[in-house]
Parts: sequence; C-alpha cells; structure tokens
Amino acid sequence: MGTYLIRRLLIAIPSLLGISIVLFTVLALAPGDPFEEMATNPNIPPEVRMALREKFGIDDPVYVRYIRWLTAMMQGDWGFSFASRVNVDDLILQRLPATIFVVGSSQVLALMIALPVGIYAATRPYSIFDQIANTFAFIGFSLPTFFTGLLFILVFSIWLDWLPFVFRTDIDATGWRWFWEQFKQAIMPVAVLGLFQAASYTRYVRSAVLDVIRLDFVTTARAKGLSERIVVIKHVVRNALIPVVTLVALQMPAVFGGAIVTEQIFRIPGIGSLLISAILANDTPVIMAVTFVFSCLVVLFNLIADLLYGWLDPRISYR
Amino acid sequence: MDENKIGKLVGQVKDGKLSRRSFMTRMAAVGIGAPTAWHILDFHGVARAQSAFAYKPTKAGGGGPLKILLWQAPTLLNPHFAIGTKDQEGSRVFYEPLAGWDNDGNLVPFLAAEVPSRENGGVTADGLSVTWKLKQGVKWHDGKPFTADDCIFTWQYAADPATAATSIGTYQNIKVEKIDNFTIKVVFEKATPFWADAFVGAVGMVIPKHVFEPFKGAASRDAPANLKPVGTGAYKFVDFKPGDILRGERNPEYHIANQPHFDTVEVKGGGDAVSAARAVIQTGEFDYAWNMQVEDEILLRMERGGRGKAVPVPSGNIEFIILNTTDPWTEVDGERSSVKTKHPTLTDPAVRQAMNLLIDRESVQKFIYGRGGKATANFVNAPARFTSPNMKYEFNIEKANQILDKAGWVRGADGIRAKDGKKLKYVYQTSINAPRQKNQAIVKQAAQRAGIDLELKSVTASVYFSSDVANPDTYSKFYCDMEMYTTTMLQPDPERFMLQLVSWEIANKENKWQGRNISRYSSKEADDAFREAQNSLDPARRAALFVRMNDIFCGDNILLPILARTRMAACSNNLVVNPSGWDNDLWMINAWHRP
Repeated sequence: MGTYLIRRLLIAIPSLLGISIVLFTVLALAPGDPFEEMATNPNIPPEVRMALREKFGIDDPVYVRYIRWLTAMMQGDWGFSFASRVNVDDLILQRLPATIFVVGSSQVLALMIALPVGIYAATRPYSIFDQIANTFAFIGFSLPTFFTGLLFILVFSIWLDWLPFVFRTDIDATGWRWFWEQFKQAIMPVAVLGLFQAASYTRYVRSAVLDVIRLDFVTTARAKGLSERIVVIKHVVRNALIPVVTLVALQMPAVFGGAIVTEQIFRIPGIGSLLISAILANDTPVIMAVTFVFSCLVVLFNLIADLLYGWLDPRISYR
Repeated sequence: MDENKIGKLVGQVKDGKLSRRSFMTRMAAVGIGAPTAWHILDFHGVARAQSAFAYKPTKAGGGGPLKILLWQAPTLLNPHFAIGTKDQEGSRVFYEPLAGWDNDGNLVPFLAAEVPSRENGGVTADGLSVTWKLKQGVKWHDGKPFTADDCIFTWQYAADPATAATSIGTYQNIKVEKIDNFTIKVVFEKATPFWADAFVGAVGMVIPKHVFEPFKGAASRDAPANLKPVGTGAYKFVDFKPGDILRGERNPEYHIANQPHFDTVEVKGGGDAVSAARAVIQTGEFDYAWNMQVEDEILLRMERGGRGKAVPVPSGNIEFIILNTTDPWTEVDGERSSVKTKHPTLTDPAVRQAMNLLIDRESVQKFIYGRGGKATANFVNAPARFTSPNMKYEFNIEKANQILDKAGWVRGADGIRAKDGKKLKYVYQTSINAPRQKNQAIVKQAAQRAGIDLELKSVTASVYFSSDVANPDTYSKFYCDMEMYTTTMLQPDPERFMLQLVSWEIANKENKWQGRNISRYSSKEADDAFREAQNSLDPARRAALFVRMNDIFCGDNILLPILARTRMAACSNNLVVNPSGWDNDLWMINAWHRP
C-alpha cells in the first residue's frame, strides 16, 4: 500500500506538468488581450496598452512565460490578476466559501434524494415507483442546468416573486434572519445543481443495487429468515455502494471547482464565476491558477477514490 | 449659422439682450448642442448657469440601502488603473474629480470651489494654462484634509510611466503647479482649447497623497488602497471583493450639505445584462443597473411590470461601417490593407455612394436598437455643436442601381455587377453580437437587390477588438472589404475622437496596427483642419473644422455611420438619478435619492 501510494504520487507529477503545459499553450494560442477594452477607447493612447503588455510580460515568447510561471508557482507565487492586480491566491480564497457552500450542499441534497430513491426503486424493479423514478431521472439529467436555472428564476422570482435570484455574500442581517436569508437565496441554485446531480446518482444507485440484489448471498440472507430491512441495508446496500462511493469521490473536485453555468446565472461569487470572468477578460494568471488547481484536485481525488475502493472492498489489492 | 452670426448672438447675451436659455435654444435650432453652446459662451466670458438638478432630501442619510447592479463587476478600485468603465464606476463611489460633466456637457464642480472660466480668470486667453481653485474644508475618509498637494501628487502618480496608470494619456503632457494650498495651475505644452481633461470626469479622480505616496512608480501594484480606497466621496469604503461585491457606507463628513441620502451603498457584479435588467425593472431586487446591452423589445416588455424603467442617455458613441479603399487581399511588405495598394472596386466613389444608399438605417433603428440608437449620417453626433448639418442619409435601392448603372457596373449572369472582370463581391465583417448580425443581414439583403454580393463574416469580440499582432481578424488590421463596430467618444470634445481621421494615425504594420485611423483613408484637407483645430482657441472655428473633417469622411462615403448609440441604464421607479452621457453612470451618486 505504501509503495503504491508513493508510486501514484510520483506518476502524478509528470501528469500535472503535462496538464500545465497543455493549458498554458492552449491559453497562449487562444486569441485575445487582457487590455482589449482599452483598444476601442480613444482616450487611452495605444502606448499605454503596449507599456502594460510589456510590464506584465505578455509579449514574451510562450516558453519564457511558461518557465516564469512554473518557477513562480513552485515557490508558491501564483502570480497576480491582470484585471484586478490582486494576487491570484487571494482571489481564489475569497471565492472558495461560496462555492463550497452552494456546490457542497447541492451534493448533499443529491445524495439525500438519490440514495433512498435509487435503493427503493431497485428493490422493487419495474414497479410504478421505479417507472416514475426512472422517468424523472431521465428528465433530470437531460435538462441542462442553464435551462432549469432560468426556468426556476422565471417561476419563483418573476412570476411568484418568492425568492431572490441574485446571490449575495454580504447579507445585512444577523442571527436567525441571516440564516433565513441565506437559506432563501441558496434554494434555487442548490436545487438546480442538486436535482441534476441526483438524477444521475439515482440511476447509478439503482443499477448498482440491482446488480447486487440478485446475487446468491442475498438469497442466503433471505433464506436465513432475516427481515427485508436488514437484508437490504446490511447486505445489499453495503456492497452496492462501493462503486457509488468512488463516483462521489470523483465528483468532489467539482465542489471546489464550482459550477460555471449555475454560478453565472445566479451571480454566485464562486470559483466558477471567477473562471468565466477571467476567461472573458483574458486574465491568463487567474485562468491558469484556477484550471491548474482544478486539475490537481482531479488527480488527487482520483487517487483517493482508488484508495477508498480498496479499503471498502478488500478483494482489490494494490500492486 | 456662421461664426459671425454666433458672435453677434454672444454679444447680445453679454449685453443682457438675449437670455442664456434663448441663446441655447437658438443654437440647438441650428444643430449646435448645449455643450458646444456652453463652450462658446464660456470662451467669450459669459457667466455660466448652474446645472439644475433638484435634490429634495433635507438631511443626509435616512435613505436606507442603495443597491446597484453592474453586471460587469469592478475588479479594482484605483481610478488610475481602471481597465474599463466598470473599474471607473467602482472607483467613482469613493473618489471625486475636481469637476464632472453633466448630460448637457456642463462642468459641475466637485472638489473645485468653482469651475475655471475666462470670467473668473481661471482660463487664460492664450490657452496655455488653467487655474483651479479647490474647495476648502474637504476631508479624506481618514480625516486628513484635502489640499493642492493631492492634485499635484495625482498628476505625478498618473504621469509616471512606471506606475502603469491607464490615465497616463491625460497627465503625461501637462505640468501642474501649486499656487497655494488650495489653488493649482495646469500648464499645457501648447495652446489647448479643450482644457477640461486632467482632473475632470472619469480620468480626473483625485487620489490622496498621504495614502499613495509610498506606492508611486514600480511599487504601484502593492498599494493596499488599490482595493481599499480612501477618497473624498459621499460614501466610505466598507468591503470589496474583486469581481463580486463592493460595499460602502454614508460619509458623515461629506462636503456637500444634506448629502448623500442613502445610508449604505452596495454594488453587486456578475451575471449578464438581461437578468440585470430583470432584477431592476421586473423584480425590483436592485435599484439601478448599467450598460443594458439588451434588445429594446425585451426592455419594453419588462417595463410593463411597472417597477422600473430603462433610462436612455445620449452619448457620442457611433455604430458605423468602414469601406476599405486599400486592397485587403494583396500582401505588400508583410501586410494586407496597406496604403500602398488600391482596392480594385471600392476606390470607385460611385460604388461607395451606392453602398451608403443601401443601408436601411431607419429599419435598423426601429427593429433592432429601439431606444438604444438613433439613425445618423454623421460620424460625430454629439455634442451637437460638432455635428454637421450637411450630411443626409437615404435608403434608396433604386437610386443605388442607377448610380451603378451610370458608372458602368453591369449585372452578370449571376446577378452580380462587374466591370472589366472585377465583380462587386465583398466580405463584410463585424463582431459576434446579435444586433450586429441582424444589421449585417439587413445590409446584405439590400445590397443583393443592387447587384452587390456581400459575404458576412463575424468574429468573436475578444479577437476582433484585441491588439494581438499575430491575429488577422482584428478590427484594426481590417483584412476585409468592409467592417462595422462602435467607437466610443468619452469627452464632450471630439479632438481625440477625430484622431481616427488623420493620416499620421493610419494603422499599419509599422505601428503594430495601433494607429487609430482604421479606414486608412486620408485627405490633406482633413489633416490640415485637425492641426488647425488643435490650436484654435475660438470654439466656433474649432467646431467648424471638426465638422469639415466629418464631412470629408462621410461625404466621400468612407465612413458610413449607422446609429448614434445611447447608453442604456435600468433604474427603479423609486430612485432619482442624474445620468450623464459624458461621465460615469455613478458620477453624481452623492445626489441620488428616493423620490
């Protein structure tokens, strides 16, 4: 196990390097200029833009910029945003709480729906409940979040006028009112993301449970005269959830990476909206940092998922 | 109306025979806008009227929170680092210039005790300097007094290339001298008719010396105040998260009595224009949103809810088409569209004239932009004194056909006109933006009926407006036959704007396509007119020269103006604002109030 872990971590280094090279080159090849807004403004002489480009080192060759970025990154210097001239790590830390709160609660919501529904549907396959659950699951993951998000805004904010659709991090209240306001503004984004995720989880849980429920040991458990509840919870679900746990672990980077579309629609100041505004502003240091952190998280959680797998299912051994 | 007549009228105003108001009305009648008229009176030393904006509240505070939605969020709060208007708006909540521009192009003093004029001796007759008297008793948010030293420092800070300020263009060629603690003198290198640039409006916000002094030059990025401003404005800084939210609270020591009305101010960012309009006009979650790049039809539908309205503010921005008279398809010395080449067909004035007749401006205005623009035949549309009365637009396919027939362009078997084997087939490019693509389609349709074939090309805005030297699709490279975009005019004086029409600004390989004359067309007359206008201290003569330049380019059908754009904002019915097309949206946030 120890050598396995070390080997995996060593493999991660070249893959992260590779990822960063690809990201950097793609960004360098992509057209655009962080100071493009100045181009159409006749009050700003072009020399100003040129001087800024030179000062921020945008005109250097790609490999020079990459090596500069890499050495700085190694020393923990993430660079600073061209747009706000603030250090990138500060920007990311500012955005992290909102993302963890919204995306994290949506994952919790998704699991709270998917687990009971999936298990119940699988224990009674092709019943009415199963059919309905399946239909909704299909609809749920066929509808993209930008569509459901706008639909929710239209219904709950504009027609019914119940919920605010602009997410605010600075609610001007204390105590219970603060919680209430926070809850109210989080309902829509959490529901949009959670229901979408729940739909795909439900399908996974159902099929995983269906696979297990047919196995001989379940029949044995039933033959022993155990109650159905104990059979399902202790014997079926425990085994069936192994692939689901991996799936959830692989979703964890998203909790930190944010949900780009949903954050944009509800104006949640999270990592996703930071990334999209950085892309729109051609703010290379921010794009690099966010995507790179994201790829690190993906690599890390893949490793964690693999380790979890072995821990949950001792039949799998590490070599 | 010529210079002499205007001179006579000014004389009457001076003698008290003609009221200011009727002077303005008469000027307006002949197409001279208020800002120009103001300038004319100002030049002749006639007292200026105070700008009238009724501020009703009788005490400061008590207005509750003011919630503003800037869907493009401010990312930094140093006005001299502002990359776009969004950053200027964010800074304007806390900082103030010496004077701002109101919608009529009048200067309104903020940190100045009075607006300099010939009359009070602030503006000299030779146009070489201007003296500002500063308001006394103004305090920075940290309690330190505001003095002339702060203005001097602002100039030194912005003019230092190492600071990398975006306002350097305004400050690098002037000198600022301290006369006493509350008087400064701005000295120009040469006679400058338009003196109201430094310390005025969006680029004029004054920053405190005691806060920024250690951070002048190369260390400018490290200043904590770049994100935690200390200004003189009506609201004090509370909290800022770049790209997300900005909060301020009422400045109890604000230097204007009974202002501001609101206790706190909140500027939220993110999202898109349509939903921002919705949050203000439809649901009323916010009081004000800016830059409503939304089709007018959608805004009108939202307004039916009755909680808010769209506020159109006229500006100098112009949406226009350029016809390329150089050859975009032949490479000479490593560049296409070089002035050394000639376009095979667009050099024929008849073709250009026909093209101009094929733009259905009225329909574009009516069906696409609505209140967002006004059909025009002029490149300069505001202030009105600089607007040419000579240009007319017309949509007439038949006439276009006649002109082309007469010039010998004959329709071929494919319906496309040709002469000497050269066909009237053009590539017409613009940025990707729904109204622009509709506009392209309208022009293409009309052109087809006149035997001109247009190939429509649309480029992502981030490429089109980039300064990427390696990319062939930028608007400044102009590697196609015709292109369309909006150019902005931020000051009520067209001098900088007119640089787009002079020969030494032609964009080419040598200046890395940074030159501002994108059309590549030049005329000695326009060049001379510009040089004269630069030094002409007589506003009437100056206006006439700029009008002449406009007429050369529009009359030769090089620039085909389509719409004078208006800036759209969304405003709650429960808020009184004082918008200005010549300054930031938040220029007078100190006086916003509930009705």
